[in-house]
Amino acid sequence: MYGRKVKLRFFFIILILLTLILSTFLILRSLEENVVYFQSPSEIKVISEINKKKIRIGGMVKVDSISMATKEIKFIITDFKNEINVIYSGVVPNLFTEGKGVVAEGYLKDKNFFLATKILAKHDENYMPPEVKAALEEK
Amino acid sequence: MASLIGFYSLIFGLCVSFLIIFFSIKNFKNSHIFDKKIISFTFLQFFLVIVSFLGLILSFVHSDFSNQTVFNHSHTTKPLFYKISGTWGNHEGSLLLWLLVLTLFIFLFLLKSKNQSKKYRILTLLFQQIIIIGFFIFVIKTSNPFNYIFPVPKEGLGLNPILQDPALAIHPPILYLGYVGTSIIFSSTLAATSLNYISKEWAKHIKQWILISWIFLTLGILLGSIWAYYELGWGGFWFWDPVENVSLMPWLALTSLLHCILVLEKRLVLTSWVVVLSISTFTLSMCGTFLVRSGILNSVHTFANDPERGLFILIFLFCLVFLSLFIFFFFHKTQNKDSNSFFWLSKETSILINNWFMIYFLSVVLIGTTYPIFLEVISSEKISVGPPFYNKLIIPFLIPFLLAMAIGPKLNWIKSDLKKKFYLILFLIISLLLSVIIIKSLNINFLVNTILVTSAFYLFFITLRDFFIKGFKNLSQNLTHFGFSLLILSILFNNIFSTEIITNLKIGETFKTDKYKIIFENIEQKDEQNFKAIIGKFNIENSDGKTEILKPELRIYNQPTIVTSEADIKTNFLVDKFITMNLVQNQDYFNIRYQIKPFMLWIWFSVLLISFGGLISLFKKKYEV
Repeated sequence: MYGRKVKLRFFFIILILLTLILSTFLILRSLEENVVYFQSPSEIKVISEINKKKIRIGGMVKVDSISMATKEIKFIITDFKNEINVIYSGVVPNLFTEGKGVVAEGYLKDKNFFLATKILAKHDENYMPPEVKAALEEK
Repeated sequence: MASLIGFYSLIFGLCVSFLIIFFSIKNFKNSHIFDKKIISFTFLQFFLVIVSFLGLILSFVHSDFSNQTVFNHSHTTKPLFYKISGTWGNHEGSLLLWLLVLTLFIFLFLLKSKNQSKKYRILTLLFQQIIIIGFFIFVIKTSNPFNYIFPVPKEGLGLNPILQDPALAIHPPILYLGYVGTSIIFSSTLAATSLNYISKEWAKHIKQWILISWIFLTLGILLGSIWAYYELGWGGFWFWDPVENVSLMPWLALTSLLHCILVLEKRLVLTSWVVVLSISTFTLSMCGTFLVRSGILNSVHTFANDPERGLFILIFLFCLVFLSLFIFFFFHKTQNKDSNSFFWLSKETSILINNWFMIYFLSVVLIGTTYPIFLEVISSEKISVGPPFYNKLIIPFLIPFLLAMAIGPKLNWIKSDLKKKFYLILFLIISLLLSVIIIKSLNINFLVNTILVTSAFYLFFITLRDFFIKGFKNLSQNLTHFGFSLLILSILFNNIFSTEIITNLKIGETFKTDKYKIIFENIEQKDEQNFKAIIGKFNIENSDGKTEILKPELRIYNQPTIVTSEADIKTNFLVDKFITMNLVQNQDYFNIRYQIKPFMLWIWFSVLLISFGGLISLFKKKYEV
């Protein structure tokens, strides 16, 4: 028979291993559920089916495309190749301007309409979100 | 001129590093007396960095645009206060501040550690000098704050207006004192490990340094959070933004280190924990700098930056981690087994549980922050991880964490039992009843909220009881735990009771809901030193007829031309009323956000309490159990 100490240690190691596996599993699963993918208007155009998951769309706000009403703001995000209409009701950041970069988070209604739940703010007028930069460079 | 002096003192400062290393090694081998020269040289180095820093401040004050840093981040019309705070409001200056704090801490350490063994002091100094040299080279090579531009521009580019704020003027120095303070913990732990010097006395001496870093880090995070609350107009206290996360990670590691060192001081167990946590705390602080400065973080906070810097920090970081792991594996000796054992129900176990939870929270934050980076490298898919991820993984585990926090301090060292501790169960029942009553009267998710509120109330009452029964005994621990329970309670109720209205209004329009009426009365313009302000006047009518006038502002800065919105917040004891207004280009509509946020003041206050507890522990001569 093994001693009490050895048994206890064995038990502890099993316990630690179990917690580790469990927490890794938990973390990975929530990651799966909660990550938000980033796409450009051109990428949206070629997708085959409309996913119900939350996504982010980045690009430039098309010049002369913003129109506002009490309840909502409509504008167009473009990557100079394709564009998508965005309907949004919520807070707009100060750097949200026509002809500047923007990242909108929300749900796709169809390939041409996007219901945004959030528009992301940036701190720096020179700063462009890496995703927008990459999306624009690809064109 | 000031820039020139600043630059040369930086170079001299680096040279002094080599002198210090030379004398330290000589001293380490030969004599038994600690050489006075070493302290003088350390002071000299500190002094040189101060001169360099003052040089940069002077260049900012004089608006000397031949200096590239000043040109990029300053402007003649900027108020003097922000000219000075602009010194550390940019990358180059903030790294100089890092260096300043690094040299300050090692100098203070040498002064304060006179009763420690000579070899230990010298070795600590050597490790710290390695870090200092790394940062000297980093500053001089990749982010020299004294670069010269010719021809000299007439006007600077100006400081990003959202950084022109009193809270953000003091936020970086305070946060850096916390961040960089961990370097001294790192160096001395490595020194103590290699000399097999870890003892109860050592724990007592290093505890002071851990406390100092911890207090500053806590306050630094608090200041940043308050700033984000009123300046960014998001109307919350924490956004799980990567830049926030990188400051939270060292805090979590440092907090568990603080608990471990208390055990080490009393019982001389958990030494490996202390070593590993010291190393990881500093590594996480460095990682924070790396992630923020390299620009690979996909954050709404990110400022424009430069990948070369990131690479340098990354390489430097790898060397340090490699060095410390080498020392840990080859020099670290575990203590003899006899003193090592403790019963499963004891203070040691509860602190270990606390540590495991902290490590779990830490890994959740770490994965959430870095996973998008790795995924992009591997599959070039771009993702972001939002608050739901953190909420889901952290909130459920807060429940056992809070319970352990309440019960743990009640246990004895080595072995404990639950006799004469009926009040523990009594309080649990009281908190359960109380939260059931509160949550029942609201129409929200019953089960989760009740359990959460119960566990927070439990900690709250148990610590409250201790104030009455034990008085000033163990005050610091009690105060921080009490503060934490208050924090969780405030956050919970803040979440439950917060409401917001978002709408677009033209001047003169009124927005009505069944509870509120928001009347946008008028706007007026005002010219300030470096911005124009548009001040809106809003009349907010409650359902019971009370009116309140709120005046949010839009500021149009001249250089750089940026519009920022200043929230108007009416704070009272219980509730914050928060309004922001945004202008969308070429539109008549203003984007209005009105929020009612209860207990905001309590969130700030409880974090203050937490750090105040640390302060008491720092100044208390004798630690009692």
